Amino acid sequence: MTTWEAVWHLVSTGDAVLMGIISLSLYVSLTAVAIASLVGAPLGAALVLFSFPGRRMLVVLASSLMALPPVVVGLFVYLGLSRAGPLGSLGLLFTPTAMIIAQTILILPIIVALTREAVRPVYTEYAEFLRAVEARPLQRLRTVLWDARFAVITAVLAGFGRAIAEVGAVLIVGGNIAGVTRVMTTTIALETSRGNLELALALGLILIAIALSLNSLIHLAARIGARYQPSP
Amino acid sequence: MIRFCVVGLTLLAMVASAQDRSITLASTTSTQNSGLYDHLLPLFEAETGIAVQVIAVGTGQALRIARNGDADALMVHHRPSEDAFVAEGYGRARVDVMYNDFVLVGPRDDPAGIRNAQSVREALALIAASGAPFASRGDDSGTHKKELGLWAAAGLTPQAPWYLETGSGMGATLNTATALGAYSLSDRGTWISFGNKQEHRLLLSGDPALHNPYGAIVVNPERHPHVKADLAQTFVDWLVSDTGQEAIGAFLIDGQQPFCPDAPSFRGARLAAGIICPSPLQGN
Amino acid sequence: MSVPSLRFKDVGLHLGGDWRLRGLSTVLPAGGITAVMGPNGSGKSLFLRLAMGVLSPDEGAVLWGAQRAADSRGARGFVFQRTPILRRSVFSNVAYPLQISGATKAEIRARVDHWLARANLTHKAQDPAARLSGGEAQRMALARALVRDPQVLLLDEPSASLDPRSTAALEHLIQEVAADGVKICLSSHDIGQAKRLSTDIVFLHEGQVAEQAEAQRFFASPQTEAACTYLEGRL
Repeated sequence: MTTWEAVWHLVSTGDAVLMGIISLSLYVSLTAVAIASLVGAPLGAALVLFSFPGRRMLVVLASSLMALPPVVVGLFVYLGLSRAGPLGSLGLLFTPTAMIIAQTILILPIIVALTREAVRPVYTEYAEFLRAVEARPLQRLRTVLWDARFAVITAVLAGFGRAIAEVGAVLIVGGNIAGVTRVMTTTIALETSRGNLELALALGLILIAIALSLNSLIHLAARIGARYQPSP
Repeated sequence: MIRFCVVGLTLLAMVASAQDRSITLASTTSTQNSGLYDHLLPLFEAETGIAVQVIAVGTGQALRIARNGDADALMVHHRPSEDAFVAEGYGRARVDVMYNDFVLVGPRDDPAGIRNAQSVREALALIAASGAPFASRGDDSGTHKKELGLWAAAGLTPQAPWYLETGSGMGATLNTATALGAYSLSDRGTWISFGNKQEHRLLLSGDPALHNPYGAIVVNPERHPHVKADLAQTFVDWLVSDTGQEAIGAFLIDGQQPFCPDAPSFRGARLAAGIICPSPLQGN
Repeated sequence: MSVPSLRFKDVGLHLGGDWRLRGLSTVLPAGGITAVMGPNGSGKSLFLRLAMGVLSPDEGAVLWGAQRAADSRGARGFVFQRTPILRRSVFSNVAYPLQISGATKAEIRARVDHWLARANLTHKAQDPAARLSGGEAQRMALARALVRDPQVLLLDEPSASLDPRSTAALEHLIQEVAADGVKICLSSHDIGQAKRLSTDIVFLHEGQVAEQAEAQRFFASPQTEAACTYLEGRL
């Protein structure tokens, strides 16, 4: 059996190990992106709508942390969750929860910064109207988030793309334990180092497929969003 | 999306419920990459219901993880570090589990001509003299520590440009070695199971200096009260029991036996159990 | 029903290092259609924003009865020169002010349907609002401003950049609304439009009310030199 035949066999038969790895990857990254979005999107919008102490600092922080290296996040979360660290008593190191925490931290700045970018032009246009209809602060926040929804979705998808593709953070805090914390990217790294390229390639193909579908979704969101976008 | 979440939550629930009957074992990439744990752990779990979660890193990092209390047990291969770990009170007693040996691998055409060397010392001297590339782990692992010790014993100081530190696991280092036509020091288990040998061959083995013993240690619960010392002890006891030792001896890759079970209580029974350790490296 | 008047008391507004309005005092008649006129830069838009309460004066006060204008915005509706179009359907745009004030679903449906029909937009209800033509967008904005039954409707150059047909449709709707008893105050640089629509005029010049009069009288015999030159098209 050639490598490519083996890859096709793994994918087409829905190999149990492969499927377990994929669903753990999706579980970890989707949970991380859900948490980061629930916190990050309102925060990004709040940075546009409200002025409060520390706002400028948060803006600078979010945009500079967008390019946070995953291994650095992994290292900090590792130190925090280790039994010798401040949160050690929770016993979370080398669990999927630790991976979710690391990825949430990794993508939170992306979602905050991109949401802010998405909301800013909308709010510039709406600000006076929202004052005229006496929208309360929370209503304003919901309105601009909703009306920037297609760009916010793009921000969320970008966060998900980064989470599902990163290897540094999950490897360090997850430990790549078979069946427990082994996800697509860490499996690819491990199997490549073992010289077993079939499973690595199968997962690589699935990651590429996910990246392609993410991009199509982003384009679709932009296309639908354009229909609601007033022409300048 | 909802379906994936459900799958994920179920997974998490499974992990959580398994947690009580599971231990974390900090071990080495060499044992993991060989596939030994895939062979041993299902047997152990079937017998005891205890799941063993393996964190495979270099020996140096494995010791650090255990020292922080982030693992319940250790199986590594660098005797001096293991003894220090126990002496400092981080672990209960260290026990012999198994051994294999290190081997020197390199390109089939062997530009430094180490194939006929009489000792590792001579082979390393030939490599250094020829300037042929040598890929080193460079990651503070047991294999790396061993390799540094071998260079030192040969009175040589390996250096760039021919000495390449990959800073990664055994498999990744072998990938680098095959790609660059470099020599490398590997444990026999990883080498046998390595799937990307290409034109690389085992060129030298059998020097007693290449002996590679593996020891297991239960992390001391007096240092880290949360450690599941009882379950970990069960695992280590099983490893050195006749059942565990026979399982180690029965592990084959491509018909070759990469590890020789070496628990003191089993040494006498080894031959009777049909396990032949062809290596001339027994004892220290 | 007694509708309070909008009163400007000695209002000053400082913007961009300049007093754009200063010592401005006036009382708008409680009914009819008031046209705010004046040359470019005379402060028509600022006057309307102060009346709406989305701008606050730096001196003096803008009052709605006993309340400050900024504290009683709900009583008034506003249509901007460039309408902010919410990135939603036409229906949701008109429904928005009602949602903000917590109306029930049934109430929203009834009132929005009513105003969409009056603005002749029923057939576009589910379209993205951004797809509307300029005239339709202004009619939608008018419906959105009226959906909460304001007592005063403030319109800032509502037909700027519309073609004559769209302008006529919009003016027709404005007159209907005024006939329903809604006080209207609009700014316009279109003298013809002011003549067609207004019952009285506030003429602004150099940040003050230069002249205030009944429309017929104003157009027949303007009393100030500024108003004369403006109506002759030389200001």
